[in-house]
Amino acid sequence: MLLEAKNVSFRYAKKDEFILEHFNLEVRAGERVALVGPSGCGKTTLAKILAGYLRPSSGEVLVNGRALPSRGFCPVQMIHQHPELSVNPRHKMAKILAEGWTPDADTLRALGIESAWLSRWPNELSGGELQRFCIARALAPQTKFLICDEISAMLDVITQAQIWELLLNIAAKRNLGLLVVTHNMALAERVCERMVRCDDGA
Amino acid sequence: MFKENRLLHANMPNTRVRIVLYISAAAIYLVGVFIWGAVLPASSYAVNYADKFIPPGAQFLFGTDFMGRDMFFRCVKGLSNSLVIGLAASLISSVIGLLLGVSSAVIGGKFDKFVLMCVDCCMGLPHLVLLILISFTLGRGATGVLFAVALTHWPELTRLVRAEVLQLRNTQYVQVAYRMGKTRLNVAREHILPHVLPVYIVGLVLLFPHAIMHESAVTFLGFGLPAETPAIGVILSEAMRHIATGKWWLALFPGLMLIAAVLLFDVIGENLKKLLNPESGQE
Amino acid sequence: MNELEKATSPVLEVQDLQIAFSMYRRGLRKTNLRVISSLSLSVRQGEILAVVGSSGSGKSLLAHAILGILPPNASTAGSIRYNGEELTPALQRKYRGTEIALIPQSVDYLDPLMRVGAQVMGTRGSREQQRAAFDRYGLERRAARLFPFQLSGGMARRVLVSTAVLSPPKLIVADEPTPGLGIEMAMETLRHFREIADTGAGVLLITHDIDLALGIADRIAVFYAGTTVEIAPAADFKTGAEALRHPYSRAFIDALPQNAFRPIPGTQPYAGALPSGCLFADRCPLRSDACGGEIELRAVRGGEVRCVHAS
Repeated sequence: MLLEAKNVSFRYAKKDEFILEHFNLEVRAGERVALVGPSGCGKTTLAKILAGYLRPSSGEVLVNGRALPSRGFCPVQMIHQHPELSVNPRHKMAKILAEGWTPDADTLRALGIESAWLSRWPNELSGGELQRFCIARALAPQTKFLICDEISAMLDVITQAQIWELLLNIAAKRNLGLLVVTHNMALAERVCERMVRCDDGA
Repeated sequence: MFKENRLLHANMPNTRVRIVLYISAAAIYLVGVFIWGAVLPASSYAVNYADKFIPPGAQFLFGTDFMGRDMFFRCVKGLSNSLVIGLAASLISSVIGLLLGVSSAVIGGKFDKFVLMCVDCCMGLPHLVLLILISFTLGRGATGVLFAVALTHWPELTRLVRAEVLQLRNTQYVQVAYRMGKTRLNVAREHILPHVLPVYIVGLVLLFPHAIMHESAVTFLGFGLPAETPAIGVILSEAMRHIATGKWWLALFPGLMLIAAVLLFDVIGENLKKLLNPESGQE
Repeated sequence: MNELEKATSPVLEVQDLQIAFSMYRRGLRKTNLRVISSLSLSVRQGEILAVVGSSGSGKSLLAHAILGILPPNASTAGSIRYNGEELTPALQRKYRGTEIALIPQSVDYLDPLMRVGAQVMGTRGSREQQRAAFDRYGLERRAARLFPFQLSGGMARRVLVSTAVLSPPKLIVADEPTPGLGIEMAMETLRHFREIADTGAGVLLITHDIDLALGIADRIAVFYAGTTVEIAPAADFKTGAEALRHPYSRAFIDALPQNAFRPIPGTQPYAGALPSGCLFADRCPLRSDACGGEIELRAVRGGEVRCVHAS
């Protein structure tokens, strides 16, 4: 399994400046790659392109040599910085979780999701708890790569350490490829094997 | 211990209870008038030349008119008729608004521009002129008024629903749903409709008073319901002829009943809005 | 307390602050939900006090309570004193924007339809003051004519800071001023705070980024589930877990990626479901029967701590 960004450029409209230009990146199954760089260098834009939220203005994103599917379940799933924005505030947690797949009890246990949380509303859970749900939802069997966009930047350090401990265990067990977008160099060094700077892609 | 007057709050029902009370009181009055008017026998407001122009009193609560008809029952029947037309017109109008608003936001592009243009056209023209034109073209009568009111009241709701759907379409959780392989239909059902529904219901309730007012206005001007139908507009129009001779009750009571109905609908709508809005919902 | 600390008087003193919200639980029943149970801290002149803690520990609410901008369904108890004077709603209105300044979390707090120069001036400032503030923070003169959406993230942040320091404030409350700024910009913003503090103002810096707090603050207050669990000199946090007094602060330091990156299990208890006694007891390695009662904040080794085991 290989996720590739080939010569990816992006701008919102023809007359705008390029946010990304000729960016190349590869993530293999089981590999943990950090994407670091100053704010405004297009890290989140690249994450969204890799997960299929945005189409690149030129260049392509390939999974095992084939273009990302534009409909159906995307094998590259993205986890966002603000979990409270990633869930519909009018749905209960069980329904939110079911949007991705029906997780087995083992996955829920591995992520530290208590069964009582399933019948709660999103505003009754903390950011760390919601982020666990967002991760669980994205871990359907079809998922091969996870893009983690500053997923712990809004959490306190203890919850951050908890989330990464869980996520790294699951990623290792399922041989997932991780792209970790972060501004925190200490975290990038802890979590990843390889680091890509946002401005070196060209 | 907390800086808040506990005693005061203990005896007063909280805002949510108060809103529910307002809404039920208003709804009881309006539904009551509607049903009473619908089952009222025509004989109760029949012509009786022996009782012409009797001022309000014990026998005739709102007095009688130049044909000796009991104004109280005529008002109830008239308001009931107005409510039926208002209800039907608002329903049609709100469905148009909902469909146009959702499709405009979902389809986008040229269609969106076209819908917005229609909205601007409709809102740019004076309401009453448009109402009279449509009603006149359709041959006046109940159908004329109904369609005139229904076809002129959708633009505001269209705009509201369109804005809501547009904002929703760009939310992160809807985007996530698409990446999880959900279809447009599924997203519309699970995420968009449940969110738009409260906006729609409040919009619908706030449409009623407009619809009723405009129905009465068109009828008053002689472009709406025929003169023999008991309708508030007709009653007021007739009353104008007798007001100079001191028959004040012919205009006062029907006018008051119309205003009461309109204000009560407004009370229901505004309170529903407060209740359904998460920001003011906790106050 | 050392001699220097005794000499300078506190600009802000918060004592046993409690905040509750009246909420609809189910249907028509309304209950009072206590979200902050006991917050105490003080900010002295010329000092930066950082407040750290996880989300839901009550950090932002503290800022809003000081400025008097809590939502209408909130009620408070305890005392907030400014220069020794109890902050009443009338005083909050008087000082807000002049002596007490809020640096809000995001540019969303700016009016999108107003040029930023006019916003920075506000109703009380003059054009000269606005120009001076812009010069000081490296904003060009013409930036005053821009609208908020035309600003880059860094410029917007500097505009927010200028707004706060226009008429030299005596107390600055900065609510998460750094997320999304990038490390250089964040450090620069914090250096501005240091400068302001050095002119004699007190700065209350609310952040969840403990790295930044360590770099700039004089003292750090750790919040947990709506209580202050420890207030200690920043140096103690740099020394490491063993210099700290409360088991939660130690766990906090141990969980940093540059340290052990080792989490303790469990989650912060919810407002409305708080245990009696020590709120951290269910996650604490030192838990004993003594943790069950009411626990006061007390002075230990040049700091303050809310733990019966600290020594």
